[in-house]
Amino acid sequence: MNPGKIMLVEDNPDDVALTMRALQSHNITNDVIVAQDGVQALECLFGTKDRPALEELPAVVLLDLKLPKVNGMEVLQRIRADERTRLLPVVILTSSDEERDVIDGYSLGANSYVRKPVDFVEFTKAAQQLGLYWLLMNRVPPTPRSP
Amino acid sequence: MPLRDWPIKRKLTAMLLLISGLVLLVTSAAFVTYQVVTFRQTTLKNLSTLGRVIAANSTASLAFADEADATEILSALRAEPHVVAAGLYDRDGRLFARYPLDLPGDALPAAPERDGYRFELGHVIGLEPVAEMGNPRLGTLYLKSDTKAVSRALWLSAAIGAVVTAVALLAAYVLAGLLQGWISQPILALAETARAVSTQQDYSARAPKLGEDELGALTDAFNQMLGRIEAQQYELQRYATELEQRVGERTHELEERNEELRRNAAKLLAANAELDAFAYSVSHDLRAPLRSIDGFSQVLLEDYRAQLDEAGQDSLRRVRAASQRMGTLIDDLLKLARVTRAEMRAERVDLSGMAQDIVAELQRTTPERPVECAIAPGLEARGDSRLLRVALENLLRNSWKYTGKQSHPQVEFTTVEANGDRVFVVRDNGAGFDMQYADKLFGVFQRLHSAAEFEGTGVGLATVRRIISRHGGRIWAEGAVDRGATFSFTL
Repeated sequence: MNPGKIMLVEDNPDDVALTMRALQSHNITNDVIVAQDGVQALECLFGTKDRPALEELPAVVLLDLKLPKVNGMEVLQRIRADERTRLLPVVILTSSDEERDVIDGYSLGANSYVRKPVDFVEFTKAAQQLGLYWLLMNRVPPTPRSP
Repeated sequence: MPLRDWPIKRKLTAMLLLISGLVLLVTSAAFVTYQVVTFRQTTLKNLSTLGRVIAANSTASLAFADEADATEILSALRAEPHVVAAGLYDRDGRLFARYPLDLPGDALPAAPERDGYRFELGHVIGLEPVAEMGNPRLGTLYLKSDTKAVSRALWLSAAIGAVVTAVALLAAYVLAGLLQGWISQPILALAETARAVSTQQDYSARAPKLGEDELGALTDAFNQMLGRIEAQQYELQRYATELEQRVGERTHELEERNEELRRNAAKLLAANAELDAFAYSVSHDLRAPLRSIDGFSQVLLEDYRAQLDEAGQDSLRRVRAASQRMGTLIDDLLKLARVTRAEMRAERVDLSGMAQDIVAELQRTTPERPVECAIAPGLEARGDSRLLRVALENLLRNSWKYTGKQSHPQVEFTTVEANGDRVFVVRDNGAGFDMQYADKLFGVFQRLHSAAEFEGTGVGLATVRRIISRHGGRIWAEGAVDRGATFSFTL
C-alpha cells in the first residue's frame, strides 16, 4: 500500500531544503511534491490545459501562507471549494502565529495550524511529528474518482 | 352694515342729526298746529262779522218782503271771494233770496238749522239771525265759505316748517361733521397707532395727544405701555443677538474641535493600520531568515562536524543562539504591539484567582523553586481579562525570576490604599534594582541586569505599562539592590 505523498507549498527554497531534510532525517521516505507558489499548487491539484491533475491526491498539504501570486488562504479556499479536494487534509505551516491568521485558517477549513519554530532542532521535531501523524497515523479520506 | 359696526364718525354724526331732527320735528309740529288753530279762529270770526253786517242790512228787505233789495244786498258778497253761497230765509224758513243768482236750488239747505258758525265738510257754515234791535226775529242768513284760505295758511306754515327744519338739519350736519372730530380724532389716532404697531411690529410709534381730557389720559397710558413694550423688546432683541452670537461661537469652536478630532482619528487609524501591516509583515518575513541561519548552522554542525574544530563549532553554536534570541526578541516585540492593538472588553476580573493560576503554572514548570507566595484573596478589578492576565503574568514571572538567587524567595500580591485610590502591589525579596534607574525599567529593551545574570529581552515591563495605561491606570516601581522590588499599579 502506498502510504501517500506530502505536498509542500513553500516559496522559500531554504525552508524547502530544511523541511525536506527534517522529513528525511526521520525516515519519512514518502515522495514530497513541492509547489513554489499558490498557482503551482493549484495547477498540481486541479491540472492545466497541458498537464492533467494529480492522479492520486496527496495525504496532506503543508501550506505556507505568505506566497507569491496566490496566497495560502486563497489556495485553501479553492481546495475547500472543489468537490474533489473538499476533504483533503491541509496543515498550515507558516512563520506567523498572528491570531488573525489562525482564526482565518481554521475558518476556511484548515485541519491544523503549526508555526515554524526558529530553532532548527525544534523545527525538525515539528516536521517529524507532522509527517508521522499525517502520513502514518491519520486515516485519509478516500480520493474521489476524477470525473 | 349693522349699526354697531358703523365707524365712530358716522355714529357721532347720526347721533347729533337724530337729536336735532327730533327737536326740529317737535318744534315744527307745534308751530304748524298753532298756525292752523289761530287761522281757523280768525276765519270763523271774519265770517261772523260779515254775517252780522249783511244780516243788519237785510232787516229792511225782510220786513218789507222786498226780494230785489235782498238780492242786491247779498250780491255785495262778491267782494268776498271765499263766500261760495249765501241765502236769506224768512221767518217761516222759506228761502227768500240767494247768492249767487245762478246757484242751483239744492246747494242751499231747504230750511235753516241752528244758529252759529262752524266748520262742516271742508267748508265754513254760518247761520245768523236777522232782527231789528230788541224786536222779534225776521229771518235767517245762511253763509257758506270755502276753507281755501285755511288750507293755504296750513300749507304755508308747513312749508316754512319744512324749510326751517331742512336748513337747521343741514347746519346741524355740517356742525356735527366739524365737532365730532373733537371726540373721534383722538380715538381714531389711537386706533391708527395701535394698528401700525401690531402690523409693523414697530413699538417706537406713539399716538398723538390732542387734549387733556379722558382721551388724552387714555393716549398717555397707551403711549406709556408702548414705551415699556419697546424697552422690553429692545432688551429681548439684545439677549437674542447675544445668545445667537454665543451659539455661533460655540458651534464654530465645536466644529473646529470636531474637525481636529476627525483628523486625529484618521491619523490614528492610519497609524494603527500601518502598525498592523508592519507587525504582520514582521511576523511573517523577519523570522524566515533567522530560521535559515539557525537551520543551516545546525546542518553544518551535524554534517560537517568532522571538518570543524572546537572553535568553529563554538562559533556556529553562538550563531544559533543569537538567531534564536533574535527570534524571541521579535516575538516579544510582536506581543507588545499586539497589546497596543488589541481591542479592549471591560468586564469584572478576579485578579486573585488569576494570580493563583499564574503561580500554579510557574510552580508546575519550575517545581525546584521553593518560592513562598502570598496572594490576598478577593482582589477584583474592571478591565480586559486577557490583557490584565498578560500584565499580571509578566509581573509575577519577573518576581519569580529575580528571586532566583534568594535562599528564601518570597512573592506577594496584595492591595493598599493610597490617597483614596486602591493600589495593587506585586512585591518580592529578590535582586531588586538601583532606584536611580527606576525610570528606565519600563522602556523597551531596557534591562538593569545582564542576560547572563537573568535572562530576558527587556520588553515585559514595557508591555505591562502599556496595558496599565490602556486601562487608564498608572504603574511605578520601588526597590533597592538585593532587597527586593515592589511594583504598584492602579486601574
